Amino acid sequence: MTAGKRGALLGLVLTSLALPAGAEGARGDMLAGSCAACHGPEGQSPGAIPAIAGIAAEDMARLLSEYRSGALEGTVMNRIARGFTDDEIAAIAAYFAALR
Amino acid sequence: MTATALTRRHLIGTALAAPLVLGRPAAAAAGARVAVVGAGFAGASCARALRRIAPEIAVTLIEPEAQIVTCPFSNLVIAGMAEIGSVSHGLDGLRAAGIEVIADRAIGADAGKGKLTLAGGGEVGFDRLVVAPGIDLRFDAIAGYDAAAAEIMPHAWKAGAQTLLLRARLEAMADGGTVAIVVPANPYRCPPGPYERASLIAHYLKTNKPRSKLLVIDGKDTFSKQGLFLDGWAELYGPLVEWIPVSQAGSLLAVDPAKGEIVTEFSRFVVDVANIIPPQRAGALAQTLGLAGEGGWCSVDPVSFESLLVPGVHVLGDAIIAGAMPKSGFAASSQGKACAHALAAVLGGEAPQAPSFINTCYSLVGPEYGISVADVFRVGGSGKIEAVEGAGGTSPRDAGADVRRDEARYAHGWYASITTDIWG
Repeated sequence: MTAGKRGALLGLVLTSLALPAGAEGARGDMLAGSCAACHGPEGQSPGAIPAIAGIAAEDMARLLSEYRSGALEGTVMNRIARGFTDDEIAAIAAYFAALR
Repeated sequence: MTATALTRRHLIGTALAAPLVLGRPAAAAAGARVAVVGAGFAGASCARALRRIAPEIAVTLIEPEAQIVTCPFSNLVIAGMAEIGSVSHGLDGLRAAGIEVIADRAIGADAGKGKLTLAGGGEVGFDRLVVAPGIDLRFDAIAGYDAAAAEIMPHAWKAGAQTLLLRARLEAMADGGTVAIVVPANPYRCPPGPYERASLIAHYLKTNKPRSKLLVIDGKDTFSKQGLFLDGWAELYGPLVEWIPVSQAGSLLAVDPAKGEIVTEFSRFVVDVANIIPPQRAGALAQTLGLAGEGGWCSVDPVSFESLLVPGVHVLGDAIIAGAMPKSGFAASSQGKACAHALAAVLGGEAPQAPSFINTCYSLVGPEYGISVADVFRVGGSGKIEAVEGAGGTSPRDAGADVRRDEARYAHGWYASITTDIWG
């Protein structure tokens, strides 16, 4: 990094305090990033695709596992869920459960 | 956010404790500066995600346009199904997220000195530079097709005035006319885009000018969601649409806008309205900064998106070759977020974690007939971004009308969500 960096601490206390802390939370945040493109910012969908913020973690994990296995039939979600492991599904579920 | 009225100057030397948000080493990155060039899907997603996950990093976004007009959903404007305002997004949401937005054009950078030069004469200092310049249309690739020709035969592959021009040309055409869409060889921005455009122009013609004809003159023999598009065209539009693969007409050689003429290796077409989508390359700034390699596209590290040619400069979106990821708005946004995570880690003195990407592309074959392709991507053993095996794929070809209707609704839902996520 170069010298002369300026202090830039805007919004420091305003973000994401409800999220799980630690490396697991960072992993969930990273994995969940792409979900927003369809399900809206922080899982709050403004349109026709269901909102997913605040779904209990065990419910979300079950839904994603059922999409993955085909027990639950969706449109794109079966194709997407097959790309994630149990651990990743758990991290994503914890992330959205912590959002309201 | 309420802190946006504060300037950085107010906070110099503020001795706040580093927050333990997400377990990140925020103190290490405090005061770091990231400059992002381009407020499209990739650049705005990166800037916004970086502010959210690493609020101790100052983010400056350089974008000359006051509004981003998206290519996604611009096909609806061309077909008269939506107004241009519905695909135009201002930058106030980004400002409200704590990003400093500078309305200027970046014209040069010295990565070693951490300085970006602006057309207006200003400079922006950075520790890391993110360049998301989109595409440039190659006006040197087709004889007779330059910027002036595009005023008669629009490309409409950068949304805005060109979108409205193609719309106006279609409206002015008499019933019984011939429309041609010329599609380039890979790679180009939005692989299924030309075929959605063909679908929605066909819908417009069938509804308003049913004796007309639409030719899709392709630089390829296969294309994205091909079976689904061809099924949909046969079902909805019948002989109104004719797809002409490169093996039939050969490659595009020349156009003559005054005569409405399109010349390929084996054929010559004279049409009333021509939409020429020319070959492309990474946007101008990528060329200026030496970020683009052979073929005109940029190569990057698949975890950090740092240029393989210029250290300290990260490149995102349609300008890069991202392994198996297509050049789409969704992919660009996914890359922007992954790059933000990598920047937060690197500026905090940590190694970035392995990223995960999704791409879902909806296309409208008709107003109530949607299809999709979805994939999950990871950095594979090859060191390149690969599609996760066993995941992904397209809508089933044997799906019923209810599924097509659902996917058309979800296409609109996707657009509402991603544009709110990025610019809202």
